[in-house]
Amino acid sequence: MDERSVGIVETQYFTCCEPPHELTLKCKEKLGPITVAYETYGVLNKEKSNAILILHALTGDAHAAGYHKGSETPGWWDSMIGPGKAFDTNKYFVICSNVLGSCKGTTGPVTINLNTGKPYGLSFPVVTIRDMVVVQKLLIDHLGIKKLLCAAGGSMGGMQALKWSVLYPDALESAIVIATNYRHSAQQIAFHEVARNAIMADPDWQNGDYYGKSVPARGLAVARMIGHITYMSDHSMEEKFGRKVIDTERLGYDFSTHFEVANYLKYRGDSFVQRFDANSWLYMSKACDHFDLASDRKLIDAFAGVKSKFLVVSFTSDWLYPPTQTKQIVKALKANSLDVTDIGINSKYGHDAFLVEVDNQSKAILHFVDRVAKEAGIVNGK
Amino acid sequence: MENNPLRLDFKIILDMVKPGATVLDLGCGDGDLMYLLKDQKQCRVTGIELDEKLIYQCIEKGLSVNHGDIDTELTDFSDKRFDYVILNESLQQVYYPKQVILESFRIGKKVIVGIPNFCSLEARLQIMFNGRVPVTKELPFEWFDTPNLRFLSIKDFRDFCDENKIRILKEKGIAKNQVINRFKNLLALNCIFLLEK
Repeated sequence: MDERSVGIVETQYFTCCEPPHELTLKCKEKLGPITVAYETYGVLNKEKSNAILILHALTGDAHAAGYHKGSETPGWWDSMIGPGKAFDTNKYFVICSNVLGSCKGTTGPVTINLNTGKPYGLSFPVVTIRDMVVVQKLLIDHLGIKKLLCAAGGSMGGMQALKWSVLYPDALESAIVIATNYRHSAQQIAFHEVARNAIMADPDWQNGDYYGKSVPARGLAVARMIGHITYMSDHSMEEKFGRKVIDTERLGYDFSTHFEVANYLKYRGDSFVQRFDANSWLYMSKACDHFDLASDRKLIDAFAGVKSKFLVVSFTSDWLYPPTQTKQIVKALKANSLDVTDIGINSKYGHDAFLVEVDNQSKAILHFVDRVAKEAGIVNGK
Repeated sequence: MENNPLRLDFKIILDMVKPGATVLDLGCGDGDLMYLLKDQKQCRVTGIELDEKLIYQCIEKGLSVNHGDIDTELTDFSDKRFDYVILNESLQQVYYPKQVILESFRIGKKVIVGIPNFCSLEARLQIMFNGRVPVTKELPFEWFDTPNLRFLSIKDFRDFCDENKIRILKEKGIAKNQVINRFKNLLALNCIFLLEK
């Protein structure tokens, strides 16, 4: 473990919205109690003004940095969170919570419904990005934080950061919005739809009622394979696999030979099944598809009343959330005379770049956060 | 000019800008001018820059900056949003200079333009006696490798302002870190204009 790691960390839990104080969701249904899994790194200052909320993507979790006891795998954004890193835990108090509807400790379809004694499954209400953010705000309130210094995330995490800025303008000093869109496009919805179809077509899915039986592993693995294709770029796939075939010199004219890329996708698909719930995948993907910050108004109007400062990041080879879409966000923020910095980072890694382009992303984030903190009167986290 | 502790063009621009103003710097480079405006004149500044490497330098200086092309980035700003729009050493590098200047007047109350003078004495002598496109210390680029798309003189720019009903409020010629007051189109290597429309 290097000295720039936050070290051994533990997931914590917070429960809210106990009946009869259930949370009314966007879909008008009520939900409670809600348990939120979260982790924190660094120290909250006396004024509670140095908190940064990290927002995870579709299949992420609360374990963003450091190591769980006995594990050798660090958190999903460990390269960005820690002493001296982009989100510097020497100065800032970093929080990451698992989103509502996920399966990583926060209440979701896999959770036991107290009324029935069985997992919610498809009876779990359809959650939205807004609902995720509302639950995060409850956690922030619980931690006694009135205003976040920053909310930051990529992909679905970027959508949450945008929603934070709109929903709680007075509780957010700044937002870092990475590789995302202000609303899911037809193409983005289409990829999700194909993946959902893969899950739902699996006979083991059983309309979502598969808990305690065999899980729809085939369907979920295929869903993940589709996802992986969209997260990479033509270039990064070519570089990593090319046309290499496995265990043979030449291509055989039957279906027994596998291209290396096929093997990789299969491996990623199969390992995903071990760590993620198929129903949760359906809910998470639907939440992204429903996301439309502008809705029936202009995007410019959607940002009216927003007060945060923004850092908006895109990656040149990201064809799932292309820089042109990210720029729409920047344009609308600029039209509202908001303080916005944006950068299109040159990268060959496609959408995955937000997880792997550490150096350049860190440079931008580190100094942006320091500037925002300074302007808020916080120096060295104090 | 690049190595001077405080570039004379920066000093001239700083003198032109009122303290506390809102400023947009087009082609802001590494953010040095923006930093000075923020630090010394308490301005609220933002910039636009095309080069990714320079964007990091701006952010490092604690500045707000947009990564993009001057030719297309201006349409997003609302009318008269800035007190000053600055185009220092960047106008000659844009595809549509007229449009950029007119857009700058839409979003800014005043516009500051700094241009290199392509018709300085040295340049004229090189054309006359070498029969070649001039390459000087201020215009160091060969024809095949230059960011400059537009070649103009101080007089050309005055004519442009005249034709487009732009008033020149101030005009400062510069050569080798000195202000040039006479025969500017011949002696000045750069010129900075404070403009109003």
